[in-house]
Amino acid sequence: MFSLAVFLQSFEPLLWAARYTLLISILGIGLGLVIGTLVCAARLSPYPLLRRFAAIWVSFLRGVPLLVQLLVFYYALPVIGLDVPAMVAAVVTVGICASAYISEIWRGAIAALPRGQAEAAVAIGMTPFDVWIRVILPQAVTLSLPALINELILLVKASSLVSVVGILEITRASQAQAATTFRPLEVYIAAACIYLVINLCLAALGRYLEHRTAV
Amino acid sequence: MLAASSVEMRKVNKFYGKFQALKDVDLSILPGKVTCLIGPSGSGKSTLLRCINFLEEYDSGEVRIDGQLIGYEAPNKKMSGRKLREMRRSIGMVFQQFNLWPHMTAKENVAEGLIRVRRMSKADAERRAVEALAKVGLADKMANHPSRLSGGQQQRVAIARAIAMEPRLMLFDEPTSALDPELVGEVLSVMRTLAGEGMTMVVVTHEMGFAAHVADQVGFMEKGELVGVDSPDRILHHPQDARIQSFLRTYHERNSF
Ligand SMILES: Nc1ncnc2c1ncn2[C@@H]1O[C@H](COP(=O)(O)OP(=O)(O)OP(=O)(O)O)[C@@H](O)[C@H]1O
Ligand SMILES: [Mg+2]
Repeated sequence: MFSLAVFLQSFEPLLWAARYTLLISILGIGLGLVIGTLVCAARLSPYPLLRRFAAIWVSFLRGVPLLVQLLVFYYALPVIGLDVPAMVAAVVTVGICASAYISEIWRGAIAALPRGQAEAAVAIGMTPFDVWIRVILPQAVTLSLPALINELILLVKASSLVSVVGILEITRASQAQAATTFRPLEVYIAAACIYLVINLCLAALGRYLEHRTAV
Repeated sequence: MLAASSVEMRKVNKFYGKFQALKDVDLSILPGKVTCLIGPSGSGKSTLLRCINFLEEYDSGEVRIDGQLIGYEAPNKKMSGRKLREMRRSIGMVFQQFNLWPHMTAKENVAEGLIRVRRMSKADAERRAVEALAKVGLADKMANHPSRLSGGQQQRVAIARAIAMEPRLMLFDEPTSALDPELVGEVLSVMRTLAGEGMTMVVVTHEMGFAAHVADQVGFMEKGELVGVDSPDRILHHPQDARIQSFLRTYHERNSF
C-alpha cells in the first residue's frame, strides 16, 4: 500500500538536499557559460592553435561521461597535491563539462546568423568589437536561449551523479531515506516530484525569457 | 550634402580560388553620377560592387575613391583596419536582403552607426535618425522592429541607415530584387530622389526602367568582364555587342506577356 504519510514526510529531507542540486546546477551552468564562451571565442578565432585546442576540449569533454569525469577529477586532484572539498570538485567538473556543450550552442547560434548581419555593420565602418557586441552576440543569445535552458535542465538531472563524490543531493538523500524508512516507492516518487517541479519552473523561465526577447 | 565622391577602378581582378570572378575591370565614375550595372546572374556584379568598399578583397588592380586607394596602402600591403573603416564611413551600402538588425527598432537601426562610428551622443543620433527616416517617408514607423515592417519599408529603413551617415557614395546591390512587385516603386522613388540630390550611386539592378531613366551610364557584365559601359540609350536601346543584345532579348521575352 502507498503510504501518503511517508510520502509527505520524505519531502523535508529531500527539499533540504535539493539546495545542493540547485547550487551545483546553477554554479555549474554559470561556470560553464564563462568557460564555454571563452572556448567558443577560441574556436572562432583566427589562431589555428587556439582553434585546435578548443576543438579538442569540446570533443574530449563530450566524449567522456560526466560520471567518469567526476571520478577522475575527484581522485586525480589529491594525487597532484590539491585537496579540494567535494562541493568545489563537483561544481568545477559540472561547469567544465557544461562548457563543452555551451560553446557548441553559441557556435551554432552564431553560424545560424545570416552573413549580411555583420556585413551591414562592417560596411558602415563599425569595429570588429562593436560588430560582435552590438550585432552578433545579442542575436546569438536570443537564438540560443532555448538550448541553454535545455542544457540547464539536463544539468539539474545530471547533478544526481555528484553523489558519487559524497554530496547529499536529492538522489543520494532519497536513497538514504529509502534505506531508513524501508518505503522506497514513496520516497522515490517524492524525489521525482521535486525534480519535476524544478524543471517545470526552469522551462517556464525559459518561455518567459524567450517571450521577452522575441522581436 | 558633402561633395560627392568619384570612383576609379583600374584592371581589377578577383579570384575565388581558381575561379576568376572579375577580369581586368576598368570603370570610371564621376562625382554625382549614377551608374547602373546589369548582366546575367553570376557575372560578377555583386563582386564588383563589393570591391568598391572592400567588403570583397580584390587581388590586383586599383580601386580609388576620390583618388585614394581603398584596401591597400601599396600593392600587396593591406590597409590598416582603422584606415579602412574611416574610408567606409563615407560609403553607404544597401543590400538585396536589407540586412536590418532584427533586435533593434527602425530608429535604433539608423542611430547605431551614428553612435558607434560617428561617436554622436544618443540624443543627437536619434534626432538625426528621425530626420533620415522622415526623408524616406517612415517617420511614423521609427518604433517598429524590422519584423513589423513590409519589405519596401525595411529597404527604406536600410537606405535611411546609410544616408544618416552622410555618405558621399552609395552602393546598391539589387535593392528591389527581394521585394514584391507592388513595393518596388516606393524604394526606387527614394533612390531617384537621392540621385536628384547629386549623390554618386552605383546600382546593381534588374530594373531596366530605372537604369534607362536615372542612370548616367550603364555597365553590362558577363563572366567577370565589364563588357561595355556607355549611356543608357546606347546600352539598352542600341546595343552593339552581341552579348548585350542577347541578354536584353531574354530580358524582354521574360517580361512580356
Ligand atoms: N565567396 C565565394 N566563393 C566562391 N565563389 C564565389 C563567391 N562569391 C561569388 N562567387 C562566384 O563568383 C561569381 C560572381 O558572383 P556575383 O555574386 O558577383 O554574381 P552576380 O552578378 O552578383 O550574380 P547575381 O545576379 O546572381 O547576384 C559567381 O559565379 C559566383 O558563383
Ligand atoms: Mg549579386
